[in-house]
Amino acid sequence: MNWKFAITGVAALCLFVGAGTLLSPASVAQDAKTDTKTLKPAASFQSIANERERSVALFQEAGKVIQHPRCVNCHPATDRPLQGANMHPHQPPVFRGDGGMGLPGMQCTTCHSADNTPVVGQADTIKSIPGNPAWHLAPIEMAWAGKSLAQICQQIKDPARNGGKTMDEIVEHMAHDELVGWGWNPGAGREPVPGTQAEFGELISAWVKSGAACPAS
Amino acid sequence: MVTFTLNGQERTFDGDPDTPLLWVIRDFEKLTGTKYGCGVAQCGACTVHLDGMPRRSCVTPIATIEGSEVVTIEGVSGTEADAVKTAWTGLDVPQCGYCQSGQIMSAVALLQMIPKPTDADIDGAMAGNICRCATYHRIRAAIHNAASSMEG
Repeated sequence: MNWKFAITGVAALCLFVGAGTLLSPASVAQDAKTDTKTLKPAASFQSIANERERSVALFQEAGKVIQHPRCVNCHPATDRPLQGANMHPHQPPVFRGDGGMGLPGMQCTTCHSADNTPVVGQADTIKSIPGNPAWHLAPIEMAWAGKSLAQICQQIKDPARNGGKTMDEIVEHMAHDELVGWGWNPGAGREPVPGTQAEFGELISAWVKSGAACPAS
Repeated sequence: MVTFTLNGQERTFDGDPDTPLLWVIRDFEKLTGTKYGCGVAQCGACTVHLDGMPRRSCVTPIATIEGSEVVTIEGVSGTEADAVKTAWTGLDVPQCGYCQSGQIMSAVALLQMIPKPTDADIDGAMAGNICRCATYHRIRAAIHNAASSMEG
């Protein structure tokens, strides 16, 4: 048995795999990482001549915000909110209640304040308790968790599932609502949604102006 | 300077505005019935009543309670509190007891909101109060007993 050749072979394989990891996948990951933290300006989509294609592309860009855990966690498919980047069920177990404000005796305001609150406790993984004056769950008809971007797009346009809003009101909500804006200011220990609320509002506005087309999937 | 009411008496606090209410209650007011459990609103041991609603004092910066009314286990009173005290001692609910002031504050608040709670109401209101001795079955029974005693 020639151990020397065997060990050299393993070392060569490791080197090969290591080099591969360092080169192409890493550069792709770097692009993806940058891509999840920023939003392309709405104006940059003008280069897409076909209006419908441009509209879809605008919504897909806005989808980086809409499908982010900061947004989806409070648009759950059940009566229990989600938490964290991995979107696990909220701990402690809390439930929707009247107006999405929690159950009697265990309302959102039992723990959540008007502002994000840094904690001085012992948990390394919890840096702050998120907060906003309007902290509450989105109504169940606005559930986004588990849905495709195409399904969410249709839902946002449907007055029966968007709180009876016109498209102009949708633009206003996305661009200026304070609780929506929390996504860009989620407190210590939580990744904000990409870009800025102003950029997001411009994407939604441009999407509506271009016909509010939805992705096929 | 923050001014608030603690168990019916006006109090002031002139320290760091980020100081959690729990620290003020325990370290400055020396009311140690309210317990520190996790410090991150995961266990319920620090529950007090803030303007009549249950609130985790460990995640409540003192600056946010200007003008508010705080009630702790030392000061909680009234029909619901009396009923809970009788029911708790009647069933000998606590084991180690560490979580119990938080449990009681949540139970009293529940009964103030829902005088005759169902099991589901109790689960909903008490889900954030953890008991390592697992006295949950006695807690639930005691809340039902307290509710029944208030009916007469």
